[in-house]
This record gives sequence, structure tokens and C-alpha cells, in this order.
Amino acid sequence: MAFQTRTHVEGDVASIKLVGELDSRAAHRFNGVIAELTAQPLTRLVLLMEELSYMSSAGLRCLVFAHQKLGRGVEIVLVGTQQAVAETINLTGFDRSVVMQDPLGT
Amino acid sequence: MTGTILPKRIDTEPTSTIAGYSVRPGRPLPFGATLVPGGVNFSVYSNHATGMTLALFRRGELEPMAELRFPESCRTGGVWAMTVFGLDPETLQYGYRVDGPFQPERGDRFDPERIVADPYAALIGGHETWGERSRSDDPYPYRSAVAADDFDWEGDRPLRLAREDLVVYELHVRGFTRHPSSGTTLPGTFAGLVEKIPYLRELGVNCVELMPVFEFDEMENTRIHPETGQPLHNYWGYSTVGFFAPKASYAATGRHGMQLDEFKNMVKQLHRAGIEVMLDVVFNHTAEGNEQGPTISLRGLDNRTYYMLTPDGYYYNFSGTGNTVNCNHPVVRAFVLDCLRYWAAECHVDGFRFDLAAILGRAQDGTPLANPPLLEALAFDPVLQDCKLVAEAWDAGGLYQVGSFPDYCRWSEWNGRYRDTIRRFVKGDAGVTSDMATRFIGSPDLYGGRGTAASVNFVTAHDGFTLRDLFSYNDKHNDANGEQNRDGDNGNHSWNCGWEGGTEDPDVLRLRGRLARNALLLLLTSQGVPMLLSGDEVGRTQYGNNNAYCQDGADYWLDWSPEGSDQDLLRFVRRAVAFRRAHPVLRGGRHLDGRDHGGPLPNVSWHGVRAWTPDWSAHSRLLAAMLYARDGERDDCVYVAANSYWEPLDLELPELPAPLAWRRFADTAEEPPYDVAESGAEPWLADQARIRIGPRAVLVLTADRKTSDEE
Repeated sequence: MAFQTRTHVEGDVASIKLVGELDSRAAHRFNGVIAELTAQPLTRLVLLMEELSYMSSAGLRCLVFAHQKLGRGVEIVLVGTQQAVAETINLTGFDRSVVMQDPLGT
Repeated sequence: MTGTILPKRIDTEPTSTIAGYSVRPGRPLPFGATLVPGGVNFSVYSNHATGMTLALFRRGELEPMAELRFPESCRTGGVWAMTVFGLDPETLQYGYRVDGPFQPERGDRFDPERIVADPYAALIGGHETWGERSRSDDPYPYRSAVAADDFDWEGDRPLRLAREDLVVYELHVRGFTRHPSSGTTLPGTFAGLVEKIPYLRELGVNCVELMPVFEFDEMENTRIHPETGQPLHNYWGYSTVGFFAPKASYAATGRHGMQLDEFKNMVKQLHRAGIEVMLDVVFNHTAEGNEQGPTISLRGLDNRTYYMLTPDGYYYNFSGTGNTVNCNHPVVRAFVLDCLRYWAAECHVDGFRFDLAAILGRAQDGTPLANPPLLEALAFDPVLQDCKLVAEAWDAGGLYQVGSFPDYCRWSEWNGRYRDTIRRFVKGDAGVTSDMATRFIGSPDLYGGRGTAASVNFVTAHDGFTLRDLFSYNDKHNDANGEQNRDGDNGNHSWNCGWEGGTEDPDVLRLRGRLARNALLLLLTSQGVPMLLSGDEVGRTQYGNNNAYCQDGADYWLDWSPEGSDQDLLRFVRRAVAFRRAHPVLRGGRHLDGRDHGGPLPNVSWHGVRAWTPDWSAHSRLLAAMLYARDGERDDCVYVAANSYWEPLDLELPELPAPLAWRRFADTAEEPPYDVAESGAEPWLADQARIRIGPRAVLVLTADRKTSDEE
């Protein structure tokens, strides 16, 4: 399924809903979405991942890109990450750049 | 203005189209496949090929999706380089068809019918699942793929621990956590190893030496288990397929092509725990074997450059595995250097142990060189400057260089003399005591002038008996390897303690446990770099198999269950490692010379049944040494006595200058848990003048300042 995003900014929190498959071709676009947020004074970026079915190596690198682009002061929270994606994030050390939460945020 | 916006590069646009792909002449350097803006730069070299074609595959498809012949505009000397645009590196696999003559008698074995792997490929696809055989109809079973080389290291740097401070732990990535009892979520992988870092920390080791992790094909073994009929694997992996590629099936994320990330994360996490990473690297031969073997990469690219060949074009076999890499050819030398630089710079690896390293010192016709260019280049390479370089200083062609390996003041060696001597001493051979003394102080006869860290001391390694088996078997029992017990070394210096193999006899078991502790305690108090074989700390057995390269199964993996592992022995080893860490006198970098250097005691002194009176005669089986160093305001003094005689002996202890007094750290004659104390909490000796050492026992004392409160 084609990759789509929907961004919503409220105060110092931005949330991006990710839908579809984030592969190497989509990663470039997603990095562009992240880059657009650098103008905002954010403290938190929430990625809503429930409808993201696949995240490739390049997609995972977007997390580090976001972490570096937005700065250490911006917390990146992944909500509703599918288990296979979450596992890959953990095993390759990309979890160091993000906080993972379940959909209820508990 | 805080920065300058650079103009766009002017070499990022295609200049022509080949087979439907936009391309432009590429950059010859770096070699391999590199992500560049808009595409992938492919660079491959061969001094004797006449033409080159790039074959592009979509992952999962047998046949190439395109073949792009390199035009002359993409050739610089013997290097073909082309940038191809519009590729998806995540689904791309590639290889090369190489044109050239097939004239084996002249050393050339080009075969453009085949597709061969890029020797610089950082990923090899097609073998992401352990134990899965290549499809018989796959024209290209080992597929090069492009790696993203970016990684968030978070400031990680190689640890640069002093060589003499290392305690090396040799492990097999799969065998370490594959057993169901390991409790890891992803057993047998780099990620599984990360889960066991707390165990390594508690054990106290500060360097893991990983048996081969370069891509290899475990299914290349054609032998079968003689009883079960099951095919045997090449479990150890001393048979490289891809020198730049971490083994995909050692990564839980290999199926996503992320084995390099998982490997790097493992290195980062180990470094964070204060543990260095040393790789066991195999440059002496490859998985291509002899003229009967498969053509995977080097043979098809430039056979006569990469391999040592006889005058009539056959393969020299100094490795015992079919072929011998032509390491001192200038092209091969540069390849090896590129490879090690890659692992050191890109993957933050701290050191390398070179399998059958004596081969790396042979000339192109196989004769040993006095000043081998490859070894010299590695020793003085700036990228490798902080890396440990450790040689297995022998080969299968009879070249034995322990103590004489060309070292350039950089190389350490697996000290085979240490292994043989300590085995003979501990099992009670006569006439070994003075040699054991020399090994104990870092083998100055072999490494004088090079420092103690030139000597990597070990009792056991992957090759040979485990420690438990060393004292459970007189002879090797390798029938399970399918070669009628012909394989494996016959000279093991082992002793079964009265019964061959498994037994319930408590006396035999007690003696075996004691001998294992004796060996471990001597190893961990010797000058030099101690190396432990993974599993020896819990009494792992291989059932007398001293060449278990093909034994991949629960019986051979490290058993983590309480009933499958000797917890008393584990406590003993942890405490002995901690004791070494607490006593710098045990790991000085310079050889001890027996002088006092202005202190109250010599840095090493030798003793016997009577203090200051060692017995170096051939019938003596008692070694007693006192080590002393002044560490700031602290006296660091350790007394080690090893009795390989079968009767107890009463020892007169050397008198200590007040207020020092003896405390007992370990006595292997005692039953667990009284065999070892916690370092820093050793009980004081009631009798400071004499002590009894048990039969076949090792005793370790330490001296401390005794205040009147402790009287």
C-alpha cells in the first residue's frame, strides 16, 4: 500500500499519522515531512504507527534522521508500533532514538 | 549566517543508458557498491579480466532483472566502475560476470557463464536462515547487496584497553545463546549476545573474541553423522564467503537485510559494558576450496592473483582446506588491509585474531618470508593502530612460529607453548616445572623485549578439548564427525583421571573438578593475556570430541540451565577473574626480572617446600612464586603455589615485611564453596609461617596490611 502521512501540530506537539509501507522510496518523502517540522518550536513528535504495515531499513533510518534533525530536546514517541517493526527497531539499536508506547500511551 | 549551502554536485546526472538503466562512468574508489546521490556506484577490479558485466537482481527472483556490460568509458586500468541510477538498494542484489580466459594451467579460471559475488559486498543475501541449503537451480546463491553504511553510534569509540589488562572470552555467536535454556528472545544471534552482556559483565571478562562472523555457508559440509544420518554443518565457519559481510543468519534482522546494523548495535552495547570485540578472521583460505570447489567470488574474478598456485595451476594447500590465499601478492595485501580497515573504522571492532596466521607470512610460492609485507602493513597501518593483532602463529603446512612470528612490536600470539606446558604440568607430567615457571611469567624466552601481552595464554580454545574434556578423556572421540575418528589432533596432553568419559565415580569427578580449577587458577594468575573458552566456566563438554567444527546441536551449544552447568565452577571463575582485576601485579606489561626495584621484595621470587628455595629438578612437581609490586601506597603481593604431585606438601611461606600478612584467596584442595574467597574478603591465615598444599592442588594467597583490630 502506498505510503501516506497526515501531520497535525498543536502547540509544541506534532503528530504524524503513518499509513502504508515505509520503504526506501517512501523514506525520502518522509524525511521531507520531518524537515518541514524543524521550523516549529517542538518538544514532542508523536508518530502514530498503527496503520503502518512495514518499515524497511531506510524507514528505520528516518527515526534517527528525525532525532538528529529535530534535536535532542524533542522527544520522539512511537504509538501503536506493530510487533515486527518494534522488534526490528529494538534489535538494531534504533530504539535509542525513540520512546515506544502502546496505543493507550500506558 | 551560520552555514554555507553547497552547490549541487555536478556528477550526479546520468550520461547514458544501458539495458534500460541510466548510468554514468563511476568512481573507481572506494571499491564495492556505494550509495551515492540518486544511485549506486559499483566498482570492481581484476588485473587479468578482459571484460565485466554487472548483473542486477530483484531480491527473491532467480534470474537477473538486467545485465549491464561496463563500457570502455567505465574502465580505469583493471578497475570497472559505473554509477547506476534509479535503483532501490533495499530490494537490489547484484553480482558480476567476468570475461577472461579459462586456462587453469596458466592459473586463469574465468567463466562468464557464472555470476560471482563482489568481494567487497557488505551484505550477502540468500542465506538469511541458518541451515537452509541454496536452491539447486539458483544460478547465483551468494548474492551481493548494498548496505546503508550510516549508523547512530552515539559517540561510541573503541575502548583501547591495555592489552595486558584483557581477559579474553572466546565464543561462537550461535552456540553461545542457541540452547533453549539461554532464555534469550532471539537465540543464536548478535541480538541474543546483547541479551547476555550482564552475564559477561558478571563473569568479569572484558573482551569477547567471536569465532568467524564473516558470511560463510554452514551447508558446505558434505559429511553426514554416522549414527543419525543427518547432514553435518560447517558450524564453526572457518570458510569465508564474504569478507566484508556479517553473517546474515547470525542476525535476527538478517531477513530484513539489517545484519550490519544488528552487528554494529552489538558492538556498541558491548563497548558500553566495557567489553571489547575481537574478531577471529580467516584470510588463509576461502570457501572456494580447490579446483573441485565452487566458484563464488575470487576464483572467478582473478584466480591467479588471489590464490597460491603450483607451477601447473593447481592450488597449494597450506591451510588444510583446499586452497591458500595469496596474501603477499600486492593486490591481495591491499584487499586484506581494506577489509580490516572496514571492520575497524566502520564497525568499531577492537582487534583481530588471525586464523593460521603463519600463512600470512608465506611468499607467493609458499616459502616463509623474513619480512612479510602483509604483516608489516597491518602492523603499521594508521587505521588499525589501536587494534589488537593476534596471530595463531602456525599453519597446516608445518610452519610453526610461536615466539618467532614477525611481530613488528605489534603482534601478539596464541601461545601454543603455554597451552601444552600448562596441560602437562597440571596432569602431573615430570620435568615440566621449570618450563611452567617460564610460561607463568609471560614466556620471556619467547617474548623477551616484546612484553607479556605478546603472549595470549590459554589452556583450551575452540580447537581441541573443552576444559572439562581435557580431564575426562585420554583420547579424542570424534566419530560423530563422520571421519572414523581420523580428524582432530592426537596430541592433547589430556588425562581422564582414571575413567574414560562420563562417570558417576565421586573420586574421579572430584579430581577432574580440581584439575580444571588448577588450570584456571594458573591461567588467571599468569603474566600475559588469559583467554577463556566459552563454556569452560560452567564445565561444558563435547563428549571427547576435540574437533567439533561440525557439531551443531543442543548437546554442543552452551547449556544455561542450572542442572546443565556447574554453578560452583562458575563462581570460582568469576572470583578468579575478579582477583586478577584487583591485582595489577598479575598483569604487568613488562616481564618480571626478579629484582626488587627499590621495594622490600623482588617483583618475582621462586619458592619451594622451603621459602626462597625452589626445586627446578626434573622430578619436582611444585611451583611456588611470589609476585610483588608497589601500587602507589599499596603493596600488591600474591603468592601462587601449584602442586601437581599426588601427595600433599607442607610449604614454608616467605616472611613478609610488617605489617603485611597472608590471606588465603583460593585453595583447590578445598571443596566448593570453600575453594575460593571473594577478592578483598579473603580469610587471614592462622599460621603465617607454614601452609599445607593438597595433592594436585593450587593455592593462591595475597598479602595485606593487617591492623591490630584484625588480630
